[in-house]
Amino acid sequence: MEKLGKQTIKFDTPPTILECASIVGPKESEGPLAKYFDQCLEDEFWGEKTWEKAESKIIKETIHAAISKSGVPAEKIDCSFAGDLLNQCISSSFALRDSNVPFFGVFGACSTFVESLSLGAICTESFAKHVLCATSSHFCSAEKQFRFPLELGNQRPPTAQWTVTGSGAAVLSKSGTGPFITHITPGKIVDMGIKDANNMGAAMAPAFVDTLLTHFKDTGRTPNYYDAIISGDLGHIGKEIAIDIAKSQGYNIKSNYNDCGVLIFDKNKQDTHSGGSGCGCCGSVFSGYFFKQLKSKKIKRLLLIATGALMNSTSSQQGESIPGIAHAISIEI
Amino acid sequence: MENPLETEKTYQKYVDEKSPDSPILKNCFNAFWVGGLICSIGQIILNICKSRGFDIATSGTIVSIILIAISAFFTGLNIFNKIGKFAGAGSLVPITGFANSIVAPAMEYKSEGYIMGVGGKMFTVAGPVLVFGISSSIIVGIIYLIFNTQSITLV
Repeated sequence: MEKLGKQTIKFDTPPTILECASIVGPKESEGPLAKYFDQCLEDEFWGEKTWEKAESKIIKETIHAAISKSGVPAEKIDCSFAGDLLNQCISSSFALRDSNVPFFGVFGACSTFVESLSLGAICTESFAKHVLCATSSHFCSAEKQFRFPLELGNQRPPTAQWTVTGSGAAVLSKSGTGPFITHITPGKIVDMGIKDANNMGAAMAPAFVDTLLTHFKDTGRTPNYYDAIISGDLGHIGKEIAIDIAKSQGYNIKSNYNDCGVLIFDKNKQDTHSGGSGCGCCGSVFSGYFFKQLKSKKIKRLLLIATGALMNSTSSQQGESIPGIAHAISIEI
Repeated sequence: MENPLETEKTYQKYVDEKSPDSPILKNCFNAFWVGGLICSIGQIILNICKSRGFDIATSGTIVSIILIAISAFFTGLNIFNKIGKFAGAGSLVPITGFANSIVAPAMEYKSEGYIMGVGGKMFTVAGPVLVFGISSSIIVGIIYLIFNTQSITLV
């Protein structure tokens, strides 16, 4: 490992993303990316009694799918990184409690997927041969924890985003034939004073641009180097803001930049307002769609930047602004 | 192009311009006719009750009971949230919204048990309405008492 510039880490022997798996809920199954996911669920409960149990089952089954696709036996996995949005990351820890795999619970709000991949990749440079990384989110459990009960008849503003029900999991390997994680740029916290919890895209966009530009400066690369630059869950409004801010700082990313929250739903047909959000948004869209594009060499160089809003409902009620974060990984074949 | 990230103020201003507003006219229109419809249904029930010989106070109570029951039933059927999303304040302001705000958390938190779940969380949404509704009625009552001491007869 070698540190480039201010924040970026370059791998000497870049780890391979061996396999990915994704499972999504019913609304995501009606979206434009439905055919790419490993499994589409017909109902949000998936045979469980509570939303929390359902979310835990989703991440558990996604992990199983990723492990079995990768061909690496579960006992050969040296450690795992996983996290989600529920208090104290219960979905992930409950999902992994019977797995017998060493477990690090991580929290980076919706940036957790890339945070897990980054930490996992660092482990492969030292002790680990195989690392498991996973995240999940569930619309119903997130609504319950962060907003209102589902049956409450209220209206959402156009800036609100829709938490994705879904999970993504990846198995990293020290050796392999790619796609490789070549660089990671861990983000720093950026808070531009946005307080509206119904406008997460605006709160996170400055962090996204900060990490993006730092990555370019550290590596000497330009936006054109990548076939695709993908953010986690900025949504439609956050995406536009990100393009604007990057442009004002001299970087034009309009042609090859998109957002998982924009891609996963059809804004006009699905009434999802500003688009998808949640840990599972970036997790499932990368694992389902982009990983397959990398495998089939349709995309050769991908910069994945997952964005997170580091707040909770208490801090919002106390009038605190929303600190944003964004972690970047460069994936190349 | 100016940098919107210059200060927090410039960014907030930029975000406000970039974020679409809620469709206020459409929302008001839907709230108006759905709210009016709910109140008309209430009025119809009231008139039926009166024509059956109930006095006005009893009839009013019957209207409230029926509207609350319908709204609680619709909440359970996953219909009320759709009406609420469409009509906003139109279904929220009448007593139907109040019933919904109690039944919805009761359903949601049943998974945490009947005592701490249903019992403890049932008023998470309606609680503030009760607290400030009752408090303000007391304040208004005191003001009324001060200005109309002559006309008030305490039983």
